[in-house]
Amino acid sequence: MTDLLAIFIGMALINNFVLVKFLGLCPFFGVSKKLTNAFSMSMAVTFVMLMASAVTWPITHYILIPLDAEYLRTVVYILVIATLVQIIELFIMRTNYSLYSAFGIYLALITTNCAVMGVTLVNTDEGFTFVESMVSALGAGAGFGLVLVLMSGIRERLEISQLPDSMKGLPVAFLVAALMGLAFSGFAGMV
Amino acid sequence: MIKWIKEFSKGLVVSNPIFVLALGLCPALAVTNTLDNAIGMSGAVMFVLLCSNMLVAVIRPWVSGIVRIPTFIVIIATFVTIVSLVFQAYIPALYESLGIYLPLIVVNCMILGRAEAFASRNKLSLSIADALGMSLGFMAAIVLIAVIRETLGTGALTFFGITLFTLPVLDEQPVSLFLLPAGAFLAIGLLLAVFRKWGLIKND
Repeated sequence: MTDLLAIFIGMALINNFVLVKFLGLCPFFGVSKKLTNAFSMSMAVTFVMLMASAVTWPITHYILIPLDAEYLRTVVYILVIATLVQIIELFIMRTNYSLYSAFGIYLALITTNCAVMGVTLVNTDEGFTFVESMVSALGAGAGFGLVLVLMSGIRERLEISQLPDSMKGLPVAFLVAALMGLAFSGFAGMV
Repeated sequence: MIKWIKEFSKGLVVSNPIFVLALGLCPALAVTNTLDNAIGMSGAVMFVLLCSNMLVAVIRPWVSGIVRIPTFIVIIATFVTIVSLVFQAYIPALYESLGIYLPLIVVNCMILGRAEAFASRNKLSLSIADALGMSLGFMAAIVLIAVIRETLGTGALTFFGITLFTLPVLDEQPVSLFLLPAGAFLAIGLLLAVFRKWGLIKND
């Protein structure tokens, strides 16, 4: 149990996907302008991360490793993620339309979100068991969501603040990310 | 020929993938802690972008509609696998230090973006110009960031084991902040602001 907690905290805070591993930066800088959007996006990403980890684990351990074909994992993982996102999108569209109108546009963007691909690669590289993979996906998603929501709150304030023209938009967002990154480096060595 | 040069040169400054389009940021920040990593990553990206743009431009008449994007993804993933295997076999040290960022070239929005926005609509020679220009622009950007981060973060600049120069004071008291992830955000944010101030890049 403590192992699982360590994995969760490690993925969410110490090796935070956005601020430490630089994964999922496009939504971090693109979507995180409104608090509600940031929350929906991070829920969608967490869900896809969990599903992707749940599907790629058996594929890796029951198909790729016995066949000695681990070099194919890049191709296989990206196809699994792309297919999965399509299926989830269709499923949500047919079953719950109000949820689809809230999440729908984000789902299409998730295929090329490196955070989802990143979590599956980390799971394989670390040699996690199935349960550990699920916990690590949950932790990665929670860390991604935390940072995205924090950033959107800061950016709502930045919109009304006085800045030099050359700093507006992306440059100042990078500087804010740098300060957040410094804060998160304080978590290093916690576990 | 003029058109070829135009497509080639646009990636270098006017639509620089990192500073102007803000595409492919993950590798730009993650592997710029040393110059070696930046050069290795841009070499890999150049190979994948060039090969995928060429192949997409060639098969363009037969691929259309809804199968387009999945086809491009498989093409890119294949070239990424090739480049990972080559790195693993011939430069294992670089392969180790690039880690998961090498397979993650698959989801680099810059490569899929060029395949979809350019190579699927233009002929082979122009697609080669576009890939070369874009990847050289990417290389210039991440090498610049890496030089700044490594010089300030360690007080010296090394290139595959050869020390290029050592700074007098920073050598003993390096600003190790620049080697931390926060330093990457700081370096790219300040560079972007300076470029905008000089008018190299338009403001938002």
